[in-house]
Amino acid sequence: MTRSPLLSSAVVFGAGVLFAGGLALSGMTRPGKVIAFLDPLSGWDPSLAFVMVGGILTHMLAYRLVLRRPSPLLASAFLLPTRKDISPALLVGAALFGVGWGLGGFCPGPGLAAAASGAAKPAVFAASMLLGMFVFKLWNDAQQRRAARQAPVSG
Amino acid sequence: MESFTPIASTIGGVLIGLSATIMLLFFGRVTGISGIVGGLFDRRPGDFGWRALFTAGLLVGGLVFSLLSPEAFADTSTRGLGPVALAGLLVGFGTRLGSGCTSGHGICGLTRLSVRSLVAVLTFMATGALTAVLLGRLGAAA
Repeated sequence: MTRSPLLSSAVVFGAGVLFAGGLALSGMTRPGKVIAFLDPLSGWDPSLAFVMVGGILTHMLAYRLVLRRPSPLLASAFLLPTRKDISPALLVGAALFGVGWGLGGFCPGPGLAAAASGAAKPAVFAASMLLGMFVFKLWNDAQQRRAARQAPVSG
Repeated sequence: MESFTPIASTIGGVLIGLSATIMLLFFGRVTGISGIVGGLFDRRPGDFGWRALFTAGLLVGGLVFSLLSPEAFADTSTRGLGPVALAGLLVGFGTRLGSGCTSGHGICGLTRLSVRSLVAVLTFMATGALTAVLLGRLGAAA
């Protein structure tokens, strides 16, 4: 992302602001609304399904057009995920995330955006989420060091 | 009680989809919040600045929109600070272990028709619903 640093910076920052606006308008920054979506037994609010539909349809239409290009506008290549394996880490991680989502009513984006409003609850959520991510990094780094020791890469 | 807001939620979703489209069109990147933010801790040279800028945009956007529309950020849940702190740890660790969250797997992954993302979405929707339903029953009983 170094072709035109100022333009790149403005676009990335603007995309972050736009994302926060989408979250706020969609209702995802109201933890009670998220919980009312996840718990259909106590006055179900299905609104958040519409967030998924709006987001996926928009991105799906645009995705097909964008990928006709040989490369992105301000980077040399598309960096899309290539993994296809349904690993234990994927299942356990997603399961833990879901429990935390249903418990607190925040997923990562809304938690951060709401924390910036200065309210205590999302600020506590965001701080402990960052701690959880940091703990994962320490644990993951240690795993990789152990794997490297057990199977030294030749050459 | 939350009111059903299909139009606002759909438009909100469209804006999120547009943000993801901008990141793809300009930088060829997937817009997964947990990946973008979690990757800050790796501090890889040349890979830190854009993550920090996107996160800053998300935070500044959160601040500005909370001033424009406090109602959109109303704390309407009954959860206490302790459970919310535990929720943060689970979300932080879980999204990194599972390589994504509602944006990366939910919006971007399902857009690419990734089976891996579909499995992740079904898993976190199921455990999220189970948790919310159980806590809802406990709350109703208490």
